[in-house]
Amino acid sequence: MKPISIVVCIKPVPDSRHWEKITLDPETGLLRREGIPIIISPLDRNALEEALRIKENRDGKVTVISMGPPNTVEILTSALAMGADAAVLLTDRTFAAADTLATAYALASGIRKLGEYDLVLLGNESLDGSTGQVGPQVAEFLGIPHVTHVNKVNFIDEDTLQVKSRIELGYMMIEVKIPVALAVEKEINEPRIPSLLGVVQAKEKPMSTWSANDIGVDKARIGLPGSPTQVAKVFAIEVKRRGEVLTGEPVEVTRKLIEKLRAERVLPKVC
Amino acid sequence: MLEQTSKIEEYQGIWVFAEQRNGKLLEVGLELLGSGRMIADKMATELAAVLLGHNVAGLVVDELGEYGADKVYLLDSPILEVYRSDPYALLMQGLINQYKPAVLLIGATTIGMDLAPRVAAKIGTGLSAHCTGLDISGNGQLAAIVPAFGGSMMAAILCPNRRPQMATVCPGFMKKNEREQGRKASVVRVEVSLPQESIRTKVVEVFSEEPKTLPIELAETIVAGGYGIGSKENWKMVEELATVLGASVGATRPAVDEGWASLEEQMIGQSGKTVHPNLYIGIGISGVIHHLIGIKDSKVIVAINSDPNAPILKAADYGIVADFRDIVPHLIRGFREAMEEM
Repeated sequence: MKPISIVVCIKPVPDSRHWEKITLDPETGLLRREGIPIIISPLDRNALEEALRIKENRDGKVTVISMGPPNTVEILTSALAMGADAAVLLTDRTFAAADTLATAYALASGIRKLGEYDLVLLGNESLDGSTGQVGPQVAEFLGIPHVTHVNKVNFIDEDTLQVKSRIELGYMMIEVKIPVALAVEKEINEPRIPSLLGVVQAKEKPMSTWSANDIGVDKARIGLPGSPTQVAKVFAIEVKRRGEVLTGEPVEVTRKLIEKLRAERVLPKVC
Repeated sequence: MLEQTSKIEEYQGIWVFAEQRNGKLLEVGLELLGSGRMIADKMATELAAVLLGHNVAGLVVDELGEYGADKVYLLDSPILEVYRSDPYALLMQGLINQYKPAVLLIGATTIGMDLAPRVAAKIGTGLSAHCTGLDISGNGQLAAIVPAFGGSMMAAILCPNRRPQMATVCPGFMKKNEREQGRKASVVRVEVSLPQESIRTKVVEVFSEEPKTLPIELAETIVAGGYGIGSKENWKMVEELATVLGASVGATRPAVDEGWASLEEQMIGQSGKTVHPNLYIGIGISGVIHHLIGIKDSKVIVAINSDPNAPILKAADYGIVADFRDIVPHLIRGFREAMEEM
């Protein structure tokens, strides 16, 4: 089979173990996330794992691409350590505050500059925004088909894939030719942990940093100006009730609870 | 930003994508007609449903009218029988460019979430994902309320300079109207013609099963478990308590992700289901807002958590601060006895 060229889009997200440190700036209404470590958005790791597995079955190249501030290099380096062959960072002040449309446009422009590609893989949704919109939108800007909710990928010949796409209470089996963009779910695989050798080798692998000018984007279509959606306000919401804590030994607590629930008339009719 | 050629004022009316599978309308479409109706009345404009499929009109057009649509745009063709992103997105693009709606609401199903972003990118407009609330201002601006950071925060998203204002809306969050028998929608049949080469995927198999248990959003009693349950082995305790109560089992996203809960359909909260049982018992659930917004309509909320600072204890009517492994066996026994007394 001829070699395959795969691009994996990875997103830097604040590590969810530190989300409680994210605060809201009361003056600007923006989220403060300084000092919070970033990680590869989990499903993007599944996308990378799938790319590496495909490459291991047939010769090829896996390139990871990400858009973000300069420290995004950290997650690109982890991706190289996992086994990606090259990394590209799209970083520029003018990319900042992009919504999914502007993000997808910038990523697609970066992927175009890379040249020939057969597959674009990414996580079905990110850990932080969880919109699940960037995959189909990158595909639209590249002019290629997409499949979302993918949890199985199978080449039936060197250009044709059969992919399993989850729907509610079932799935669709879809046939599609490369080039195609696939948004993958967690069930597709178990991402590998970088080996020590991988970590060492990552330092030798090519890492490119491209600005908005480098990828020749229309400045009106990136960052905040290129984003049709605007965040009007961010607010914490509270769901609050009486919060009566029942105390005592387990037997005691059980008795109290059943009494309360009986009084409230919410025990199921069989009770 | 990519120029949009038409003026914002030219975009009028509220549209709802009426998703159907095997000729049956999805509940979320009817829910969206409910909130769409409210928005349309407030804006003194028209509410339309957009229906794509093959030989489905007879089955559902009446239903769309009776649930609030003034108009149904009907696209009927064999190529639309099973959902595929290419034909659906291209036809939606054509329809939007021709009829110019101000708002387009799509249910956040797997298919809705596949279609909506592709359409938004074709049109160059804004799309809010997984909305749990919708609000319209006097000047016709749609504020889409979306959870952020796993639901610990909410954001109001606007799309001031682009039309249509698009949003995908989580199933279960909007209320459908009472069905008004005999209420009629006018039907606009739209011709479907697409070049063969524009459809690049082929569906070779569709598999879907009937739900085995009562859908959790209809359950009167729910026992739900979270990440704190810790293992598939421990999860059996959640299931046993549910069995004793004749309850449905619910789960948080982490519990579904860990594979303890057997079905995605059990997931409660953002990107899951909204439930409204008489009694909800949450075990090993910390209570990120993400989950809480899914249970807030329960009549009574009971939370069992070993962490006295777990947010769910404040959101509950009754809390028990204990290791669930110590307490749940007693609850199982206690509820069983309570049942036998009857």
